[in-house]
Amino acid sequence: MSVAIVVDRLSYSYPSPVPGRDATWVLQEVSLSVEEGEFVSIMGPTGVGKTTLCLALNGIVPQSTGGRIKGEVHIYGLNTKLQPVADLAQLVGIVFQDAETQLFNMSVEAEIAFGLESLGKPAEEIAERVDWAMALVGMSGFKDRSPFQLSGGQKQRVAIASILAMTPKILVLDEPTANLDPLGKAEVFSVVRELRQKRGMTIIMIEHESEHIVEFSDRVIVLNNGRVELEGRPASIFSQVDHMRKIGLDVPQVSEMAHRHNQKYQTHFAFTQLDETYQALVSRLDGK
Amino acid sequence: MESNGLAHEVGDMCLEATDLWFAYEEGPSVLKGISLEIKVGDFVALIGQNGSGKTTLAKHFNGLLRPSRGRVLLYGEDNREHPVAHLARTVGYVFQNPDHQIFSATTREEIAFGPRNIGLEESEVQQRTEQALEYFDLTAYADHQPAILGFGLRRKVSIAAVYAMRTDVLILDEPTAGLDWKSTHELMQRIVALHRTGHTIILITHDMRLVAEYAPRCLVLRDGNILADDDTREIFRQADLLRETHIELPQICRLARRLEPFNPGRNILTVAEFLEGYGNLAERMR
Ligand SMILES: Nc1ncnc2c1ncn2[C@@H]1O[C@H](COP(=O)(O)OP(=O)(O)OP(=O)(O)O)[C@@H](O)[C@H]1O
Ligand SMILES: Nc1ncnc2c1ncn2[C@@H]1O[C@H](COP(=O)(O)OP(=O)(O)OP(=O)(O)O)[C@@H](O)[C@H]1O
Ligand SMILES: [Mg+2]
Ligand SMILES: [Mg+2]
Repeated sequence: MSVAIVVDRLSYSYPSPVPGRDATWVLQEVSLSVEEGEFVSIMGPTGVGKTTLCLALNGIVPQSTGGRIKGEVHIYGLNTKLQPVADLAQLVGIVFQDAETQLFNMSVEAEIAFGLESLGKPAEEIAERVDWAMALVGMSGFKDRSPFQLSGGQKQRVAIASILAMTPKILVLDEPTANLDPLGKAEVFSVVRELRQKRGMTIIMIEHESEHIVEFSDRVIVLNNGRVELEGRPASIFSQVDHMRKIGLDVPQVSEMAHRHNQKYQTHFAFTQLDETYQALVSRLDGK
Repeated sequence: MESNGLAHEVGDMCLEATDLWFAYEEGPSVLKGISLEIKVGDFVALIGQNGSGKTTLAKHFNGLLRPSRGRVLLYGEDNREHPVAHLARTVGYVFQNPDHQIFSATTREEIAFGPRNIGLEESEVQQRTEQALEYFDLTAYADHQPAILGFGLRRKVSIAAVYAMRTDVLILDEPTAGLDWKSTHELMQRIVALHRTGHTIILITHDMRLVAEYAPRCLVLRDGNILADDDTREIFRQADLLRETHIELPQICRLARRLEPFNPGRNILTVAEFLEGYGNLAERMR
């Protein structure tokens, strides 16, 4: 296995939002590494720097944002401080948190084709990939619509499709399901997992949806106060209910149930998935 | 919490839509004959798949959109008779995308705009603004330009700005999308407190856990029609309806449903109800 991403003691602060005052460090010595083909979920409270970390992966931070930076980020060995953002974009595709700012073309089709065109793909392949990506996000009927005349969730779907179409080696998704309906959320998680399995793509996904994270991702990284506070397999992260709640984060409902049950009855349940919880209970509960 | 001195009694008719149709410009109809009643003091969740028409419907309640056919009455008066600015005093709407709402140079000004615009005394404007900053953990960002804050903070600014107006009716369009667990539940506590003092709440959300926990009534939209309008508990009981609209019940509901043989007759909605209904699981285990 090769290493896709290395973040080495990364500290970053934006240019000060209030003139005359020094901005605080958003990220403080964040270190992590991600293997090729891994599916890593990143969680953290509002404003902790999740988006900032993602933008550092393709060089937007600090190349476009300015500010102060310490430490380094390497993508397949390339230093993102030095490599042109346009080159990094071929390796790292980012679905931005505010989908709407990503959209600017006249039609959904043109929107999804845009990235492929800039990669210089032949027309036939572009058409094929556009259809493929639209189907993945359930937007096949919307080719000719203006991306601005869509519902919030539909816009988010188009934004996801436009990056999926490019099949980048590293796919970064910044809260991609925030505006999706329940079926859409589940579909995005499973599409992403499939891409990882079939194409060996590396997935970095910022999410709050703990119940899907447990089911789909290999590893969870929890940011708090500018640092990596927890890191591990989803089941081990979500068993730490008190800790997650203290940071202000979500856990699956079965984890919360187990935790509250333990507190009330001095038991030692640790559940993180529905099936596992059901199996554990159904096999041992007395019929009544 | 002090109330706004609401002009209407709980239980009076608040919003009434009759055979409401709407199409965007030359497009097809996206609302197709919607009729509904919302009473003063209701707490209603508006749910449905992406593109089903939730935002479009909500924008008819405060006059941002005008029906192609049919009508919307607010306290018995046709919305068409009032300009948006007037309706905005009564019906507050938090946009699904905070960037469609935010325009001020500082967070403090953004929040003060609404209360000032509805003609409140300056001292009251300031008091409400500082309170909203505090309630939504925004005091540290009061002097920042809201448009460049992180997404979750922008979301909170957009909510705080409408909250500070204390309109009789409050419509929140996906208010928790992009918020962490703590911010989500703190927000919901503020909304519950408003609801207790007689405000009418309409919550648009894809988070069925919030629906189960907070909204006693649920309106299900599908393709521009109202598919169901009932108590949330009743809606969550209807397996066919849920399947048809691809609504997935909260995880704890799904667990309770599968374990039903061990605790029949309970239609559990929340973790608290699960723990209450099943009691000490360990004692009942072999
Ligand atoms: N362009 C910018 N200029 C100045 N400060 C910024 C900018 N973008 C973000 N910030 C600030 O940096 C901090 C981290 O923001 P970031 O968006 O990375 O957090 P996040 O964890 O993604 O938050 P959210 O959960 O709200 O998406 C926040 O305090 C935010 O207000
Ligand atoms: N500005 C617009 N111009 C044309 N059509 C639009 C516009 N906005 C929305 N639509 C269409 O109207 C329908 C209803 O959209 P609406 O935004 O009300 O859905 P929604 O239920 O709020 O969805 P979501 O859960 O994605 O926010 C959708 O089919 C959408 O494509
Ligand atoms: Mg973010
Ligand atoms: Mg909407």
